[in-house]
Amino acid sequence: MSTSTERSGRSSGRSSGTDHGAPDAAAKAARSDRARSEARLGWLLAGPAFVVMLAVTLYPILQATYDSLFNYKLTAPDDRTFVGLNNYLVILTDSVWWRDLGVTVFITVVTVAVELVLGFALALVMHRAIKRLRGLLRTAILVPYGIITVVSAFAWFYAFDITSGYVNNWFDWVPGIGPDLNWFAQQGTSLFVIIASEVWKTTPFISLLLLAGLAQVPGELEEAAKVDGATAWQRFTRVIVPNMKAAIMVAVLFRALDAFRIFDNVFIMTNGANNTEVLSLLAYRTSIGQLQIGMGSAISVLLFLCVVVICFVAIKLFKVDLAGARGEK
Amino acid sequence: MRRRQRTLAACLALATAAPMAACASGDGGTPTLTWYINPDAGGQADIAASCTEDADGAYRIVTELLPRDASSQREQLARRMAAKDSSIDLMSLDPVFVAEFAEAGFLAPVPDDVADATTKDVVQGAVDASTWKDELVAIPFWANTQLLWYRKSVADAAGLDMSKPVTWDQLIEAAGDQDKLLGVQGVKAESLTVWINALVEGGGGHVLDNPEAPADQLKLGLDSEAGKEAARIMGDIGTSGVGGAGLPSEDEPASLTKFQGDRGSFMVNWPFVWSSTVTAVDDGSQDQDLLDDIGWAMYPQTVEGEDARPPYGGISLGIGAYGAHTDLAYEASECIVSPENQAEYFVTNGNPAASIAAYDDPDVQDAFPMYDVIRDSLDQAAPRPQTPFYNEISTGLQQTWYPPADVDPDTTPQQSTEFITAVLRGERLL
Repeated sequence: MSTSTERSGRSSGRSSGTDHGAPDAAAKAARSDRARSEARLGWLLAGPAFVVMLAVTLYPILQATYDSLFNYKLTAPDDRTFVGLNNYLVILTDSVWWRDLGVTVFITVVTVAVELVLGFALALVMHRAIKRLRGLLRTAILVPYGIITVVSAFAWFYAFDITSGYVNNWFDWVPGIGPDLNWFAQQGTSLFVIIASEVWKTTPFISLLLLAGLAQVPGELEEAAKVDGATAWQRFTRVIVPNMKAAIMVAVLFRALDAFRIFDNVFIMTNGANNTEVLSLLAYRTSIGQLQIGMGSAISVLLFLCVVVICFVAIKLFKVDLAGARGEK
Repeated sequence: MRRRQRTLAACLALATAAPMAACASGDGGTPTLTWYINPDAGGQADIAASCTEDADGAYRIVTELLPRDASSQREQLARRMAAKDSSIDLMSLDPVFVAEFAEAGFLAPVPDDVADATTKDVVQGAVDASTWKDELVAIPFWANTQLLWYRKSVADAAGLDMSKPVTWDQLIEAAGDQDKLLGVQGVKAESLTVWINALVEGGGGHVLDNPEAPADQLKLGLDSEAGKEAARIMGDIGTSGVGGAGLPSEDEPASLTKFQGDRGSFMVNWPFVWSSTVTAVDDGSQDQDLLDDIGWAMYPQTVEGEDARPPYGGISLGIGAYGAHTDLAYEASECIVSPENQAEYFVTNGNPAASIAAYDDPDVQDAFPMYDVIRDSLDQAAPRPQTPFYNEISTGLQQTWYPPADVDPDTTPQQSTEFITAVLRGERLL
C-alpha cells in the first residue's frame, strides 16, 4: 500500500515537473505545497494499514522475544522464571534444531529449484498460447494454487497411503514401487511426497510471477535476435532470461520465504516422523503441543531471524530489485 | 437515503447482538451449561438433550464440538482454560490429561456427595483415571479398553487355545508361520504410547515410577526388565515383518482394515472395531463369513503367566473452574453419567460404560457379545502415567520408540530414559 502511494506521488511529481518547463519560484512553492499535501494524503491512506501492521506483526514479535527469555509453561503460569538466553542456548546446542533446519533448507532448495523450472515452462506456455486458449489455460494452471494447502495435503497423503492409496497400484510397473512400499515410513520417500505436493500446489504462483516478467521482455529484442539467426535456446538464454532477471529473483525470494515456513504438508502427512520435521512444526509442537511458551517463543524468534537472513541475503547480496519486478523501472 | 442508513444500522445492531445473545442465559433465564464434547456418533448430544429435559428448567445443556484427536482437544481446552474461559462448564476429557488440568487448577473441586454418587459401582480403572493426588477431580463417564481380536481360522490353524491367556510371542509365531499380519498401532502418535505402556505394565513395570513428582524429579521405569521385554517384543514385531510394511504409519482404523483383509490374523484394538465390522456387514461391504470368523480375548501377556495390563482409555467429565454455574454443572454431570445413559451410549455409539451396572443391560449384551471380556479387561487395565507432564512423556516415548523396527531392548529403554529426563529438566528439545 505504501509502495503504491509512493509510486503515485512520484509519477505526479514527475509530470508536474516536465509540464511546466523551467522551474521558477512560484512554481516551486506550488509544487512543494502539492507535494506536501500528497505526502499528507499518502500518510492518511497508508496510516491505518501501518498501525494495523504494527499491531499484528510488531507487537507479537516483541512479545515473543520477551517471552523467549522465560521458562514459562501455560498450565503452570505461577512457576514462570526468568532464564535469560538459556532457551536459545538449549535450542542451538540441540541436534533436533539443526536436523529440522537441515530438513527445512533441503525442502526449500529442492522445492524452489523444481518450481522455478516448471514455473518457467508453464509461464512460457501461458505466454505463447494462442489467444483463444489463453484464458482457459491460465485458469487450468492456477487451479492447484486455489486449493487450501491442508486439503491438498490430505489428497496427496491419501493417494500415497499404503492402506487407502492408489499410487502403489497405478505405478507398480515402476521399479521400487509396489503394494508393500510405505511412502511414509522412510525419510526419503516421505520428503518426496511432501515436496511433490508442495511443488504441485505452488508452481502456479511462481509461474504467474514469471509470466509478469515475460510480458516485460521487449518483443523487438527477440525479433532482432531472430533476424540475427539466434536459435530458440539462444533467444531464451541470451535475451529472455537476462531481461527478466529481476522478476526471476523476486519469484525465487517470495517462494523461498514461503517454502521455508512450510507446515501444513508435513503436519498432515508425517507429523514430523522419520526425520521429516521442519522448523515451523517444531515451533508449533513446543508452543501449542507442550504449551511451553518460553521455549516455543525462542524457536519462533530464531525462525523469524532465519527468514530475515534469507531476505537480507537476497536483497543485499543478490541485489533483488523488488521495484524492478513490478515494472516500475 | 435515511431509510437505507436506518436499515444498515439495524442490520449492524442485529449482527452485533446476535452472537452476544448466544452467550447469555438460555430461554426465560434458564442457565445454559456448555459441554465441550469429543466427536462421536451423536451420543453426547443426545444425552445433553435428555438431561436438559430431565432438569425441567433448572439448566439447559448445549454441546460444542472439540477437535478429533485427544492431543488437539487438550490443546484447545488448555489454551482456553489458561485464559480463564468462563464459557466452559463441562469438558469431555481424555483421562491422560486429567492430572495436568487438575494440577493447573482448571477443574472445579468435586463435591463429596457427587464423588460418592458417581464412583459407586464404577470400574476401578475409570475411578483411578479421574483421580489426582488421592482426590477425585473428574467424573468417570465412559471407559475404554483394548481387546485381542483374532480370526478364529488363523488361531485354529496355529493350534492356539484362545480360551486361555496368550502371549505376544505366541501371536508373532502364529502369524509369522502362516504368513499373516499382526494388527498393532505403530504410527508415531498417541497410539504408540498406548502400546508401549501396555507392554511395560504387562511386564510388571511402569513407564513412570513416581508420577506425582515435579518435572525435574520424575523417575522413569523404562530401563528395567519390563522395559527391555517391552522393547524386545516391539522390535521383534517390527523386524520380523509380521507387522507388515504399513506398521510405521498404522493407526487403529488401519489395523482394522488390515485385520479384515486376507492376511488378517490377530489385532489389539478398541471395541469400536466390532460395531464397525457389524455395520460393514449390514451394508454389504464385508461378508458375514468375516464376522463369524472374528473372536475376542483378553489383551496378550508380555510375560507368560503374568496378567496382561490392557490399555485404558475413555472419557472423564471435567467441570470448568471458571464457569458461573459449577454447582449446576456437577448436577448435570450426575445425570450425564447415569448407568442408563452410559448403557444407551454404549449401545448406540460403541463406547463402553464405566458403570458396572450398564453391563447388565440386555441391549448392551446383545450389541456387544464380548461385554464380559470388556468389563474384565477394564478391571485389569493399566492407565497411562497420571502426571501433569504427560505430554512430554508421551511425545518423548514416540520420539525414541519409533519406528518399531528400530526398537532395540539393549539401547532403546536407556536412550528413552535419558532423553525424556533431559526434556523434563529443560535441557533438550522434544
